[in-house]
Amino acid sequence: MTAGVVDAAQPAAVVTEGLTKRFRSGQLAVDGIDLAVPQGSVYGFLGPNGSGKTTTIRMLLGLLRPTAGGASLLGHAMPDGAAEVLPRVGALVEGPAFHPYLSGWDNLMRLDAADRTAPAVSASDRIHTALDRVGLAAASAKRYRHYSLGMRQRLGIAAALLRPRELLVLDEPTNGLDPQGTREVRGLLVELARGGTTVVLSSHLLAEVEQVCTHVGVMHRGRLVAQDTLEALHARGAARAVVTTSEPAAAARVLAARGLADVSVEPPGASAELGSAAPADLVAALVHADVPVSGFRVSATDLEELFVSLTGEGFDVSG
Amino acid sequence: MSAAEVVAPTRARGAFGRFFRSELWLIFGRRRNWIGGLILAAVPILIAVVIKASGSSGGDTFLFGQITQNGLFVGLAALTVEMPFFLPIAVAAISGDAVAGEANLGTLRYLLATPVDRTRLVLVKLGGIGVFTLAATALVAVVGAVAGLALFGGGGFVTLSGTTLGFGAGLGRLALVCLYMTLCLTALGAIGLFVSTLTEQPIAAGIAVLGLTVVSQILDQLSQLSAIHRYLPTHFWYDYGELLRDPLDLTALGPGVLSALVYVAVFTAAAWARFTTADVSS
Repeated sequence: MTAGVVDAAQPAAVVTEGLTKRFRSGQLAVDGIDLAVPQGSVYGFLGPNGSGKTTTIRMLLGLLRPTAGGASLLGHAMPDGAAEVLPRVGALVEGPAFHPYLSGWDNLMRLDAADRTAPAVSASDRIHTALDRVGLAAASAKRYRHYSLGMRQRLGIAAALLRPRELLVLDEPTNGLDPQGTREVRGLLVELARGGTTVVLSSHLLAEVEQVCTHVGVMHRGRLVAQDTLEALHARGAARAVVTTSEPAAAARVLAARGLADVSVEPPGASAELGSAAPADLVAALVHADVPVSGFRVSATDLEELFVSLTGEGFDVSG
Repeated sequence: MSAAEVVAPTRARGAFGRFFRSELWLIFGRRRNWIGGLILAAVPILIAVVIKASGSSGGDTFLFGQITQNGLFVGLAALTVEMPFFLPIAVAAISGDAVAGEANLGTLRYLLATPVDRTRLVLVKLGGIGVFTLAATALVAVVGAVAGLALFGGGGFVTLSGTTLGFGAGLGRLALVCLYMTLCLTALGAIGLFVSTLTEQPIAAGIAVLGLTVVSQILDQLSQLSAIHRYLPTHFWYDYGELLRDPLDLTALGPGVLSALVYVAVFTAAAWARFTTADVSS
């Protein structure tokens, strides 16, 4: 299912091959995933909590060593290429983390000083710009300890934006933000993407992904169960005709006879991909064939159903 | 900020120095560490004031006995009473915090994603511990010397050999004692740095290092274990008395210096080996 997402003319910003992480506890957190994030895309990395998204991101950034397989960022294999490639990558991993007794400004100064590719003379400009972008300029002198959850999240995003980045890897960037802040961050992401920055946006919020992403990868229990453009996934989540009846087999025969694809019998009824068939004709045909129809509906075409069907459990915690 | 503006990252000039200064600022800018410093500095003041107020001749031991003759001995006496426990507490707290503290806060993952090379981080943390240790011993010595000179003045500097040195030479001996203690305590700090890579709990790492210091000093008291005494990290700590003899024989400190350097090398290497291969999941 990864074929076709990346074509030769558009090199990938993130590629993994059989990326696997088994923790010492024996837990298989990430199980042979093949990510392909095209350059310039906004890639929604979706999955329930505990499905392996953060572990994957930690491997991408070189924090964890893969048990098997490999990952590369912007053409550099990780973790060996970290020094070369990570200055061009901004990251927010598993929430913001800063020194509580330092101000927002001082915390960014600490990270800037740690970046050996950052010239000291322009540090203040970078920090000022980054704080401004996330709306924290007024709180820059305040200690991190006294920041609200939303302000902390904003500081984390500011840290990811300290330098011009080719790739942003953001793990749940709108966590803890109020609706206004969420909108601002989404606007910022869209703006960055327009400027050519590739964005990997990990989220368990489908709506968020649908609003800003061009590509989607879905994680479930450590496996990448779907990866495609948002359009293609929309098409895959095609509308289905769902019949409720006491004679599912008979209903299925009728649906198949009308040329519907992917017919399945699921007591108490049957369903099939609607395709171009008219719902009214189907009901007439079912009645004509003496199928006792007690209900008929066309399932919604939204992604949520697709994801529920892919992950089997909706967006609950994976074990 | 467009991707087109992104240029291949090159190393900025003075980057290592800048990161090192940032590390020092993190240590010396922290209020907790200032409070620790105040406690360390309170001891020499307490000694000077109590001896002055009692009007006695100082004390039974050589160092305390000299205090009323020469205020510099307040610094030496304070270092001596703080070496078994107070100074190790400070070093244990700072070194235990080195990596575990960043892991505990989660800032470690952001440092590594910046990226900071793991070897560079170990070296910067070790350097920070070394500078802190020097600052801690110098603080005790300087506060002691200043308080002592203010209350007792600076006369001749009587050595353990019975000779009397000039004031300047006495000051030099005090500085040498500071340097020797700094080296001994930095060895402890290197152990702390290693322990700090094993856990995400900075307090636990600090307590472990302090426990090790205490156990080492206890074992050093048991004559039945004399065969292993020379390998204990604290065994040569009190050899600085050699610096108070006349003539000065620096070779007497050879075993202590060697022991400290070996401890620094071995435990820094261990911290490096552990940290550069560790998964960072904090």
